Amino acid sequence: MSRMAATRDGYGAALLELADNPKVVVLEADLGKSTKSLHFRKAHPERTVSCGIGEQNMLLVGAGLASSGYIPFASTFAIFTERAFEQMRNGVARPNLAVHLCGSHGGTHTGTDGSSAQSIEDLAIYRTLPNVVVMHPCDDVSTKELTKQLPSLGQPSYTRTARNKTPVLYDGRENEIRIGKGIVLSEGSDVAIVACGVLVHEAMDAAKALSDEGISATVVDMHTIKPLDTDLLDDLAKKCGAVVTAEDHSIIGGLGGAVAEHLISSHPVPMERIGVPDRFGESAGSEEMLEMMGLKSHHISDAAKKAIASKV
Amino acid sequence: MGISSEGSIVAGMSISELEEMARKCRIEICKMTHRAQAGHPGGSLSEIDILCALYGHRLRAKPDDPDWNDRDRFILSKGHASPGMYAVLAEMGFITHEDLKTYRVKGGVCQGHVDMKWCPGVDFSAGSLGMGLSFGMGCAVAANIDQSERNAYVMVGDGEIQEGSIWEAAMAAAHHELGNLKLFLDCNGIQNDDFCEAQMRMFDIPAKWNSFGWAVKVIDGHNMSDIVDAIDWMDTVKDKPAVVIAQTVKGKGVSFMENNPAFHGAAPSDEQLAQALSELGVSA
Repeated sequence: MSRMAATRDGYGAALLELADNPKVVVLEADLGKSTKSLHFRKAHPERTVSCGIGEQNMLLVGAGLASSGYIPFASTFAIFTERAFEQMRNGVARPNLAVHLCGSHGGTHTGTDGSSAQSIEDLAIYRTLPNVVVMHPCDDVSTKELTKQLPSLGQPSYTRTARNKTPVLYDGRENEIRIGKGIVLSEGSDVAIVACGVLVHEAMDAAKALSDEGISATVVDMHTIKPLDTDLLDDLAKKCGAVVTAEDHSIIGGLGGAVAEHLISSHPVPMERIGVPDRFGESAGSEEMLEMMGLKSHHISDAAKKAIASKV
Repeated sequence: MGISSEGSIVAGMSISELEEMARKCRIEICKMTHRAQAGHPGGSLSEIDILCALYGHRLRAKPDDPDWNDRDRFILSKGHASPGMYAVLAEMGFITHEDLKTYRVKGGVCQGHVDMKWCPGVDFSAGSLGMGLSFGMGCAVAANIDQSERNAYVMVGDGEIQEGSIWEAAMAAAHHELGNLKLFLDCNGIQNDDFCEAQMRMFDIPAKWNSFGWAVKVIDGHNMSDIVDAIDWMDTVKDKPAVVIAQTVKGKGVSFMENNPAFHGAAPSDEQLAQALSELGVSA
């Protein structure tokens, strides 16, 4: 059994390491204990700004700090970042101020808090903003590594982390992880499964099951939704001739939308999208939610077979 | 321009010089909105005396080095009143008077709403009400971490404080005891659709800011001596944010625009421009 960890812990660990840069500041909206920025706050209270339960203000305090040469990391629950969407749009993205926003507890995987907490649209909405990098890593190691790379971007970002633990894939493999570069986790020639976040390990399980049926699948961790690794996608479409996307996010506008938008004009191939159907969630455990929403490995393998069957 | 004791550049203009600067800026506001046949003359005319006093009397900035890191910041949160700010930036030498002709013109530095990516001397990309005070708070926090003496000045309109996020910022700035955050409230009593009293009554505005933990001063926003005194008073407030609540007249200085909701966002016609310029002392 592999090590289990939550991606939000990777975020918290990254902030602590980034603290060596005196320009890094942390902004909180009363959820630092949950998003894991609390470790930075304890170590560096003089560079941590409590914004109370006020997300709109927090985003723009970050913009003001960024305009003054600081590198602000702001976090709250993914769903509450959306309350400040226009601040992110007009106050951060438009002037291209490098505020780094982290939304934790994203997706239906967040579980028993119920539908009000289960952001299933964050990746879609932030992806529409010019200048904004959008990421949804799958384990604590990659979350930490990707977060540590953010200050060198010089542009704003949104990163979704998850509340609950998932299998760790990248222990000792930190040097494979780069913003904007998908990671090929297994090689196959019949179908490419492109996943992000908590569904990456479901995609791995799906590939194993498909292998038992004689189907070879490539699995990609597409942790960066924007900018999308289009070179890799084109290679996969040519090599495999069928693509499945998988995400704990609305079927509308997320990773599946991004991949489809690209492939339709570059290298159209049969494609299936695994995502949350056009509906809200409810209170249930993480695994129960994935099953309820059709996001488990068996859903992914079924979609793979469907895509393969559609090849000309 | 003079060099202050801290080595920073402060214009240090006299009251009469500031009043003359404001008259020139009013002329430019009318010309800009007339030329564009669009824009917001009313709120530009209500704010202009304060902007002239701030830039001409107090703001530490370098027109030839607008990105100087240790400058005071000025954030025009009511960014639709951009003609007023552009006129002041031209008077101070951040941009040229020729640049004013690019107001709302493709490729021009004078975008419809003030924008830090387009115009030298603009510290904030405005256009959405309720955002500037939070941005100013970020600038003030940065100055504190830098252990810099620089201030963040913000201007909001009275209708703008109907935005809930203003009060998030008001509470947070007081909590963090940001004595380097200075706010002007341009109370001209009119918003887009109508008088504020009709759209959303705001009741006792000074009491609200007082109760949020701010130092509060109420002034006549068209009396240059009062404004200069209020800016000096802001300097004396060190342990909390300060707000100057300025009673102003929308469209001030042009008779047919004064206190007229129609000129919140409407340009003068040719005839109206001629009358406005005449009233502002421009000979035909």
